[in-house]
Amino acid sequence: MLTYATRRLVLSIPTLLFISFVIFMLLQLAPGDPMAQVPLTVPPEVKEKMRQALGLGEPPLVQYWKWLVQTFWIEPKIFIDWLTRDSFLLGWLPDTALYQGELRVISWQTRSPVMDIVLQRIPQTLWVVGMSYIVGVLIALPIGIYSAYRQYSLFDQAGTFITMVGFSIPPFFTGPLLIVVFSVYLGWFPSIYDTTHVVNDWESFKYQLQQMIMPVMVLALQTTAQLSRYMRASMLDNLNQDYVRTARAKGLSEAIVVMVHVLRNSMIPVVTVIALGVPAIFGGAIITENVFKVNGIGQLLITALFANDLPMVMTLTFIFAFLIVLFNLIADVLYGLLDPRIRYD
Amino acid sequence: MTLKTLLLGAVATSVLAPAAFAERGADGHVNIIYWQAPSIMTPYLSGGTKDIEAASLVLEPLGRYTETGALVPFLATEIPTVENGGVSADLTSITWKLKEGLVWSDGSPVTSADVKFTADYCMHPEGGCAQLAKFTGVDSIDTPDDLTVVVNFSTPMPNPYGPFMGGQSPILQKAQFEQCLGANASSCTEANFYPIGTGPFVVDEFKPNDVISLSANPNFRDPAKPAFATATLKGGGDAESAARAVLQTGEFDYAWNLQLAPDVLASMSEGGTGTPVSAFGTLVERIEMNLTDPSPDLPEGERSTIAHPHPILSDFKVRKALSMAIDRALLTEIGYGQAGRPTCNLVPAPALYASDNEECLTQDLEGAKALLEEAGWTDTNGDGVREKDGMKLSLLYQTSTNAVRQDFQALIKDWWNQIGVETELRNVDSSVFFGGDPGSPDTFQKFYADVEMYANNFDGTDPQSYLSMYRCGNEPKPSSQWQGENINRFCDPEYDALLDELAQTGELSKRGEIAKKLNDMITKETMTIVPLVDRGRVSAHSNSLGGVILNTWDSELWNAADWYRIQ
Repeated sequence: MLTYATRRLVLSIPTLLFISFVIFMLLQLAPGDPMAQVPLTVPPEVKEKMRQALGLGEPPLVQYWKWLVQTFWIEPKIFIDWLTRDSFLLGWLPDTALYQGELRVISWQTRSPVMDIVLQRIPQTLWVVGMSYIVGVLIALPIGIYSAYRQYSLFDQAGTFITMVGFSIPPFFTGPLLIVVFSVYLGWFPSIYDTTHVVNDWESFKYQLQQMIMPVMVLALQTTAQLSRYMRASMLDNLNQDYVRTARAKGLSEAIVVMVHVLRNSMIPVVTVIALGVPAIFGGAIITENVFKVNGIGQLLITALFANDLPMVMTLTFIFAFLIVLFNLIADVLYGLLDPRIRYD
Repeated sequence: MTLKTLLLGAVATSVLAPAAFAERGADGHVNIIYWQAPSIMTPYLSGGTKDIEAASLVLEPLGRYTETGALVPFLATEIPTVENGGVSADLTSITWKLKEGLVWSDGSPVTSADVKFTADYCMHPEGGCAQLAKFTGVDSIDTPDDLTVVVNFSTPMPNPYGPFMGGQSPILQKAQFEQCLGANASSCTEANFYPIGTGPFVVDEFKPNDVISLSANPNFRDPAKPAFATATLKGGGDAESAARAVLQTGEFDYAWNLQLAPDVLASMSEGGTGTPVSAFGTLVERIEMNLTDPSPDLPEGERSTIAHPHPILSDFKVRKALSMAIDRALLTEIGYGQAGRPTCNLVPAPALYASDNEECLTQDLEGAKALLEEAGWTDTNGDGVREKDGMKLSLLYQTSTNAVRQDFQALIKDWWNQIGVETELRNVDSSVFFGGDPGSPDTFQKFYADVEMYANNFDGTDPQSYLSMYRCGNEPKPSSQWQGENINRFCDPEYDALLDELAQTGELSKRGEIAKKLNDMITKETMTIVPLVDRGRVSAHSNSLGGVILNTWDSELWNAADWYRIQ
């Protein structure tokens, strides 16, 4: 298993480099101009100077090389500096001070380091999208289990209906619908998420719950729909197996048969699906974040795309690619750990 | 009650009310929402309106434009003019006097060195300053003493209010930005996000493209202002949800630039927590006629260049007929509601420069048909499309992707069909259309279409540089990498001569006359540009926010220091 994991890790390096190159070239070929949002009242020669100042005049391969150096050499140096200076874990080590003020990956919109903005955005995204994923999983698993156990019952039919609704209604519909009902008519929840809100007492925690509940529910509906179907299908596969009949014949209670024997075996594929969904949390939820003004990673990506802020788009998409490769590996390893029949070596 | 008494009442309350609770920070917190989130706090590194307006809470110029387009001093004691001796008689220099005792929010004094530094910062050759055009013609800047700034121009400048005037050109603190000149501008994140200013607020926390937290400037020159102790400027989302937050849920006090369908805005404003306000500037939605041949049969590099005149649109009668077929009042009603009014002018305001050209406001389909007949375009084969010399009267009509523009396209196509003009519609994503990429065939500059529609305006109140765009030779062409502002490829020596005269004229009434003549030449006399709608700005404020005066000539937040909470 260790050899397998190491081999996969080593192989992922050229994969990621290739992905980064493809993303970069695609962005180069894509139409658009970072000056498109500058008003027409700014004369073209001024716009040309602004482009030069952003480094757009250089050949694409030079730009790509610079990005590589900045991302894989300069940014790690800053990370190590931070570890040895401010972090709790390694703060006792002497400050390494590797970063000497070289140019980092700079966003064209804000003229500030892309990584700083990404780090600033991650908490919002993790709070809202991450929480919705957890809520989604917690709702989906029991629904899936019970639906399979009582297949074609009223509960199963209702569950199927709700998951179909969850699958087919997009968040740009459910989001505004919830806002109109709960913010405009009932006035229970704020329609605009406050990213500066600090939780430090019971009142502020309650406010945080209030502002999170709508985006979390919209996203959880989607997660629930997907996962409960997987769970149900996987349970159904196992419920008719011989070992289940044997367990019942031994006189085990239904609770133990279903919750221990069947569930454990059924979880194997579901855990993989859950693990594969984790990178999407970091990717944010572009539409839902925009609808509720959560302003996390998803909103960052979409505004960068609109502004043709290539360094930002490039870095974000690369981070997503990295996470997807990483969680694929984790899912594969988990699969091996959970199911002793699967061996990679 | 007439509109006038209402307005007078509003003015009276805005004057009296702050006096009643004249204490800085007495009114607590104000929430502002911009559906485009600000990215940076210096207008010099970003031409975006959202950034200029956010910065205007912190940074201030020497003078601003009021809601009527008049000039008011902010950091200066008065607006220099030829009459008060501030502008030299030969129009080559302007002398600004700073108010005495001005301090930055960090407590250090504002001096003429800061003003001079601001110009050096923007005029640095490697800085990529977005407001460089404001400093056109600046030769040198002298600072005879701590409070006096003399800007010398290389040529006579009838409008010397480019530098340091209006939201685009505020004063930066020299001490803070000294290390940020030229190529270093990008590494000054701290200064770019937390500029030290003279304005009513200081930045406490800046989250790029998300939210800005501000608090009252303890050193603001008026000790009673601002009335709000803290402010939040939230960004992101879309115009509709911003409008909802002010008009329906009341979570926010002010929402910027609500480009919404008129019926949507009307139904939202029934929510009762806020009021939409509108004001007009110089933004005109227009159809531009291509005077050169965009035919794809021509070799690349010759399409849409002055080498080949347009086979159809070179004829004035055709252009005139196309304009006559349009019902501008209906377009305005459908597309913009209270945020628009029909216009025939390229320069619709200020009053001094606006021509009284109103001929195009009535639709005349029969007249248009007659005009096309006269021009020799007749429908010989009865298919509903006119022909002449074997050529069909068929046009390609392009614009950027935008719901209102597509509605306009559909309506105009219908009217043009009625007069026997076949129209093919096309829309291009706005980042491509306005992107100016010389490699793309779809930019508005390249104009590979017969007619195109978009909106443009000019900064400040003087239309000289705006009208100068239509000078011979200023057209986008292959030799200039398709950069250039004379989109129609218009060329008239008489027009150029008048432009030269305008550049030499300092007297305002005379300037107004010439500008009107230029406007008429490019609109009603040649129909090169067919204006459709004078587009205003709609914003909204909550019913409890007082002191809002919507201004299209400067930043919308220009008078945030005067805002207060209605008790």
